[in-house]
Amino acid sequence: MKHLIDPMDFSVEELEDLFELADEIIDREDDFSQVCKNKILATLFYEPSTRTRLSFEAAMIRLGGQVIGFSSSTSSSVMKGESIPDTVRTVGSYADIIAMRHPKEGAPKYASKYSPVPLINAGDGGHQHPTQTLTDLFTIRKLKGKFSNLTIGLCGDLKFGRTVHSLIKALSRYENIKFILISPKELQIPQYIKMEILNYKNIPFVEVEKLEDAIHELDILYMTRVQRERFFNEEDYIRLKDSYILNKDKLKLAKDDLAVLHPLPRVNEISYEVDNDPRACYFKQVKYGMYVRMALIIRLLEVM
Amino acid sequence: MLYIDSIQRGIVIDHIKAGYGLSIFKYLKLDEADYTVALIMNAPSKKYGKKDLIKIENTIDMDLTILGLIDPNITINIIDDEKIVKKIKLSLPKKVEGLIKCKNPRCVTSEERDIEHRFVLIDEDKGIYKCEYCEQIYTWEE
Ligand SMILES: [Zn+2]
Repeated sequence: MKHLIDPMDFSVEELEDLFELADEIIDREDDFSQVCKNKILATLFYEPSTRTRLSFEAAMIRLGGQVIGFSSSTSSSVMKGESIPDTVRTVGSYADIIAMRHPKEGAPKYASKYSPVPLINAGDGGHQHPTQTLTDLFTIRKLKGKFSNLTIGLCGDLKFGRTVHSLIKALSRYENIKFILISPKELQIPQYIKMEILNYKNIPFVEVEKLEDAIHELDILYMTRVQRERFFNEEDYIRLKDSYILNKDKLKLAKDDLAVLHPLPRVNEISYEVDNDPRACYFKQVKYGMYVRMALIIRLLEVM
Repeated sequence: MLYIDSIQRGIVIDHIKAGYGLSIFKYLKLDEADYTVALIMNAPSKKYGKKDLIKIENTIDMDLTILGLIDPNITINIIDDEKIVKKIKLSLPKKVEGLIKCKNPRCVTSEERDIEHRFVLIDEDKGIYKCEYCEQIYTWEE
C-alpha cells in the first residue's frame, strides 16, 4: 500500500507513469468514468481549503466513485478530541482512500502510519502540499512536452512559499533546468535550498529583484502571492508590492510561448487583463490538477 | 594523579570531554547507584589535554548507546577479569525516539497525545537530525 505524503515520495519513473495515465484520462475520459465505482474517498479537512477539497471530490466523482468527509469550517467539533490514529482507523473502515488536510506539520505522515487505506497529504500547514507539486509538474509537462532545457522563473514570496520549494526540489531531478528567482531581498529563497539542492546539484540559478528584468528569458513563469504579513513593515510592503504584479506591460517583454502558472488563489499579483492572453495558463493548471489527482487515486487504489 | 583502583569487572566510560562527566554521571543516574561508581574529572588525555571518565563496578548490562548523542568521541570499555574484553566506539544513533522533543510549535507532535517524538540522522559529520514529522532541522549541540 502506497501513500503520498511528500512530493518526493514518487520517483521520476513513477511520476512519468502517473502523468501518462493523466494524459490518457484527458484523451478518453469516458473510459475512466466507472473505474472507481463502489469506491469511497474520504476528505478529512481539519482546516478549510475549499479549492483543494473540490478538486479531490471532483476527481473521485469523475472516476465513478463517491465522497464522504468533513471540513473544519462546517463541522469543527466532529473529530475534535479524538487522536489522529483513532480517526484514520475509523474513517479507513468506511472509505477506500483518504485525503487529509491538517494545520499541523507532519499530521498526514503520522496518520499514514495507522491508516488501513492509502492516504494522500492534501496539505499540512506550511510544510508540504504534494498534489500541488504534481499539478505544477503535470502542467509544465503538458504545456512544454518535457521537463528538460527550460528556464523557469519563480516570482514572489520565495522564502515562505512551500509550493515553490517543493517545485524546485522536484524539478532538480531533471536535466538542464535553469532557475531565475525573482523576489524582494527579504523574501529570497532559503539558504538551505540554495546549498542542498541548487549548488549541490550544480543547477544554474540567478536571483533578481524585478520581474521586468528577467521575464524575457523565461519559458515558465510561476507566480506566487506576496503576503502583506510577511513584510517587516507597512512601508516595505507598499514600496515593493507592485514589483511583483504581472500585467500586460510586463508580459509584452516575454516570449510568445511563455507559460504563466500560479497555484491560486490569486489576490492581485496577476492583473485580470492578463487572463485572456494565451500565455496565461493558470486555469488550465487547475484543470490539470484535477486530472492528475484522478490518476493518483487510480494508482493508489490500484484499480487499473 | 589521583589513584583509582582498576576495576575487576564493569564498564569504563572513557574520553568524555572534560566538564561533561558530571552531567553524564547524573544522566545515567549513577548518583543513585548502590554499586561502586567513580567519576574522574580533568584526567590527563593525550588527545584532548583533559578528559573525564566514569568507572562502574559490576554492572555490564547498561544501554549506553545514547551517549553517542552527548559526545560521539566517548569510548566505552567493558572490563572483565581486569582486562578490556570489549571496546565500544560510539557513533550518532540513526534514529532518536522519545528522548528529545521537537520544538516546532506547528509540528503535529505539539498537539497529539501519545505521539512519540522521532528524529532521523541526516548528516552524520555535522550531527544534524530532522524531526520525522515536520522535518525541522536540529543540530546536536542545541
Ligand atoms: Zn517536528
